[in-house]
Amino acid sequence: MSNIVSALNNKAYADGIAEVREIGLQGMITLRGDLASSAVKSAATSVTGVKMPAPGHANSDGQHGICWMSPDELLVLCPYDAVADTLEKMGKSLAKAHALYVDVSDARAVFELSGPHAREVLAKLVPVDLSPAAFTSGMFRRSRMAQIPAAFWLHAPDSFRIVTFRSNAQYAFDLLKVAAQPGSEVGYFKG
Amino acid sequence: MSTRLATGGRLLNKSRALTFTFNGKTMKGYEGDTLASALLANDQMLVGRSFKYHRPRGIVASGAEEPNGLVNLGQGGRFEPNQRVTTTELFDGLTAKSQNHWPSLEFDVGAVNTQLSRFMPAGFYYKTFMYPRPLWKHVYEPFIRKAAGLGAAPKDRDDDTYEHFYAFCDVLVIGGGVAGLQAAKAAADTGAHVMLIEQTAHWGGRASVDGGEVAGKPVDNFVDETVAALEAMENVTLRRRMMGAGVYDHGYVLGYERLTDHAPEAAGPRHRLWRIRAAQIVTATGAIERPLSFAGNDIPGVMLASAVRDYVTDFGVSPGDRTVVVTNNDNAYLTAIALKNAGLDVPAILDARVLPTDSALMAQAKSLGIRVLMGCGVSKVQGGKRVTGVSICSQAGEGAVLEEISCDVIAMSGGWSPVVHLWSHCGGKLVWDADQAAFKPDVDKAPTGADGKPFVTAAGAASGALLLGDVLADADGAGKAAATATGHAPGQSAAQAPVASHAPEAPMAPVWLMPQGAGIKLRSKAWLDYQNDVKVSDVQLAAQEGFQSVEHAKRYTTLGMATDQGKLSNINGLAILSDSLNQPIPQTGTTTFRPPYTPISMGAIGGEARGDVFQPVRRTPIHDWNAENGAEWEPVGQWRRPYAYVRSGESTHDAVMRETKNARDNLGLLDASTLGKIIVRGPDAGKFLDMMYTNMMSTLKVGKCRYGLMCDENGFLIDDGVVARIDDDTWLCHTTTGGAERIHGHMEEWLQTEWWTWQVYVANVTEQYAQIAVVGPNARKALEHLGGMDVSADTMGFMDWADGTLGGFDVRVFRISFSGELSYEIAVKASQGQALWDALMAVGADLGVMPYGTECLHILRAEKGFIMIGDESDGTVIPQDLGLHWAISKKKEDFIGKRGQERSHMVDPTRWQLVGLETVDKSTLPDGAYAVADGTNANGQRETQGRVTSTYHSPNLDRGIAMGLVLNGPDRMGEVLSFPGTDGKEYKAKIVSPVFYDPEGEKPNV
Repeated sequence: MSNIVSALNNKAYADGIAEVREIGLQGMITLRGDLASSAVKSAATSVTGVKMPAPGHANSDGQHGICWMSPDELLVLCPYDAVADTLEKMGKSLAKAHALYVDVSDARAVFELSGPHAREVLAKLVPVDLSPAAFTSGMFRRSRMAQIPAAFWLHAPDSFRIVTFRSNAQYAFDLLKVAAQPGSEVGYFKG
Repeated sequence: MSTRLATGGRLLNKSRALTFTFNGKTMKGYEGDTLASALLANDQMLVGRSFKYHRPRGIVASGAEEPNGLVNLGQGGRFEPNQRVTTTELFDGLTAKSQNHWPSLEFDVGAVNTQLSRFMPAGFYYKTFMYPRPLWKHVYEPFIRKAAGLGAAPKDRDDDTYEHFYAFCDVLVIGGGVAGLQAAKAAADTGAHVMLIEQTAHWGGRASVDGGEVAGKPVDNFVDETVAALEAMENVTLRRRMMGAGVYDHGYVLGYERLTDHAPEAAGPRHRLWRIRAAQIVTATGAIERPLSFAGNDIPGVMLASAVRDYVTDFGVSPGDRTVVVTNNDNAYLTAIALKNAGLDVPAILDARVLPTDSALMAQAKSLGIRVLMGCGVSKVQGGKRVTGVSICSQAGEGAVLEEISCDVIAMSGGWSPVVHLWSHCGGKLVWDADQAAFKPDVDKAPTGADGKPFVTAAGAASGALLLGDVLADADGAGKAAATATGHAPGQSAAQAPVASHAPEAPMAPVWLMPQGAGIKLRSKAWLDYQNDVKVSDVQLAAQEGFQSVEHAKRYTTLGMATDQGKLSNINGLAILSDSLNQPIPQTGTTTFRPPYTPISMGAIGGEARGDVFQPVRRTPIHDWNAENGAEWEPVGQWRRPYAYVRSGESTHDAVMRETKNARDNLGLLDASTLGKIIVRGPDAGKFLDMMYTNMMSTLKVGKCRYGLMCDENGFLIDDGVVARIDDDTWLCHTTTGGAERIHGHMEEWLQTEWWTWQVYVANVTEQYAQIAVVGPNARKALEHLGGMDVSADTMGFMDWADGTLGGFDVRVFRISFSGELSYEIAVKASQGQALWDALMAVGADLGVMPYGTECLHILRAEKGFIMIGDESDGTVIPQDLGLHWAISKKKEDFIGKRGQERSHMVDPTRWQLVGLETVDKSTLPDGAYAVADGTNANGQRETQGRVTSTYHSPNLDRGIAMGLVLNGPDRMGEVLSFPGTDGKEYKAKIVSPVFYDPEGEKPNV
């Protein structure tokens, strides 16, 4: 339907030291269960085509992916318009398992923060070691971005995907804009 | 007078002249100057007035320890008080004004206090302003407020921006002098990730001024080479203009980086607060020279000996033509030699010591023709706003004048104190070094981390190694030890510290008072703390009056409590205290060193959190529409909800009345998206919810809704809401707006800590849905206009829910009512929330639709006697107080709060009970008002028998209605209570049923 609108309708900011963009709607499913069980593992992997991530990691491929949220929770990524089908497929895999799987796509906003200074822009806001040696491709963090919860991973080199609650989207966008203000390069991360 | 020398000034770029103003007067300086050096170059020695006596004060130091040179800096949105001239780098167009004087710096009326100083000793305020009591509020306090503080408060919004940065490293070295450089190099050579920070704009610290050789070459070469080597290393980060402000638990350090203070027109943030996690910290923070305590030691022109040679060497500035050096150590001889080499006059060196033979430095001074007077000191300094001369006495005596020498600068040195602040912030202990007469870090009692092992190492002068030859070896060891502790041990072939050499020095002799037998007259002019005006006599008085603990003496005298935290006064003050108490200095101990090392800006602490991003504001999918349609906001947690939609020409009250009437007569829409929505799923979900809620949830049928109450373990009501059973294993729990995260956490806590074997998962899906309440007699018609699912009374009864489509939207419809009207709550995916709202507004156009806000919601529920969490409950109320016995299961064996509610106080029949309150004259009761009873309590206050919990004007009943908790309330129907208001009026209200409107409940039942 044409009346489906993401929190900031793809708002972008490109005048700073890194680019900030709300990427629009991304399908997301919260899956809670015993992550060691084959039912839960196959429910997540069969619908995404990616492998189960290790703790603190995410595996993604385009709009598909699995993010490790906690010892009993995954965030399953899929295209927004494929959520209903994906839930149905997961339901079949999990028919006999004790698990919870629920659509949270609309509860979130997703941002892309990109450019050579993306790491240091984000390091102004999250208490995480974002040096290239410490935060590598495939890692996933649920953390705090200034005063709100946020989760993020490296979608591509120098390009973060950041997930916030939908109600915080405007704050998150404004925050990233401030952190990316012209002239605010830090120069801490080498190579 | 002080002036610029023709030569010298190693930090200056003389090809770039800068213009600045001080108290409106235009002055000139050079790139590389500090404001202090530029002021001195313009013969501006007098820079401020002291806090208490308004004594004229000049520049004393050349670095962060400066107590006097504090100015109001900048203008408008860049105005900032209490900026230290010695750490302010000069830039073109800088404007500075002196502080704490009226009407002018040169002529200050407050200086009369200095004449009254014998009447204003330590503890003056405590003694004087206690009695009579009423004078405090009306006379003393306003006067003290006016007199308090040094700088002026900024009036404009700050023009600059600030930010934080999170950094992680193995070894953080604080201080970029020779010790810091060597420690950083030694640590970096192991491969550890090293960060080296320096508070000034220059590497090398004092070494270049004080001289010495490293590996046979001038120390400058060592500094340049080491900086170059570190810059070339991938594993090293170097930052200048960045102070280590504080050391905290677990290797957490605050670094204060001043990015544009020296270049205000540059783009980007002004300050950056670094929040660093370091596995190991090396404090290479150097040492600070101590003043000597003699009469008149605060007169402008009396300076630290090291500062005098800094100004000559670094900035090519002569603080004066004739400088008398007074010292208890060899180090100050360097100042005399530097002055002489610059062509300036040094009439005498007064050395308090009596030594059998001349040391190398003494011999050098004498060979330059400088007169050295051994065993001598200052009896008294002559001069008012500037030193004019000095009276010399024997240090051993009582101050009898031997000779007078005219001079305009006195360069004093009482020895050096290691900067132990950062070592001490997190619990590092100190030992007394009798040879240096100073406290230094106790290496056996370092600050320790979670593993019980030290995480801070002091290096160089900061660890007590004051001489260049000792500094490098000490720092090399510190750097290697710190790296080793992070798992980066230096190899067998690791480089050793280069050998350094310096002129041998004769031992210093502690001098705490000059002359040692100074009488009261001299002692009351011998300053310890310049900024807070504390003298030797004040500390002695404190000791005499019984303030024996150093912490008590500090607070009584205010010694060390100014913005410089006693960097100059600390040791001298506690030496005087020890002497007065007849005990050795280590027994007296020191006061506590607390972060920050020097004050940091409020802007840096706030970081990015200002303006639009001061605080997160949570927005519903309909937020923008609300804003464009007159919403007056009510903050509910971090959400903003419309209080009312105010139309043009309408008051807020009018809008609320209009919305409330319309919802009963026609059709109202409420943005209820903020309501908490929690999915609870699993084979044990029913059992779990029976514990969470006071009533039974496991028996709820699929497709049905039930209102439930939640209590804490003590039985107090914490939340309420409607629960819907989605399928056999799944329930959807609605919470209050403010309760979503809290109740989610509450559920998780019980599941994770008590009932971890139960098969239940919960998920907070609050934001997945926009939820719209469609309320009023026309509610069903509106939904039927949208079309798509059957919402008739037969198909969808009260407390039913169903999934379906309405107007093409996939929705979940709950037939529930918090208003007492026919009402549906429609949940739709958040991304379609605005579209559904638009559709409802469109179909409602012919049905009298109006959006309504939270105040209308409150009135509608109050007209029906529905309780509101946070109004009727306040954390001390149990459901039974509110007449909600029907919602408390008698059948269940247990639920959270059950045992709490059985305690004697909870079953006490005198607990106040919920009733309705109807004013006799239809007016509205004041919120929170108490119903008074006969008599008074033990405190002489009126006895009370009830209080108002909610009160409104009801437009539907055209009268004031209220709910309240009243002693034996339900048994006292019809009785009139009296509620005194804060407006002086006495309100009368009759006890009635809390259900004011449609008591039979016919309206929603259609």
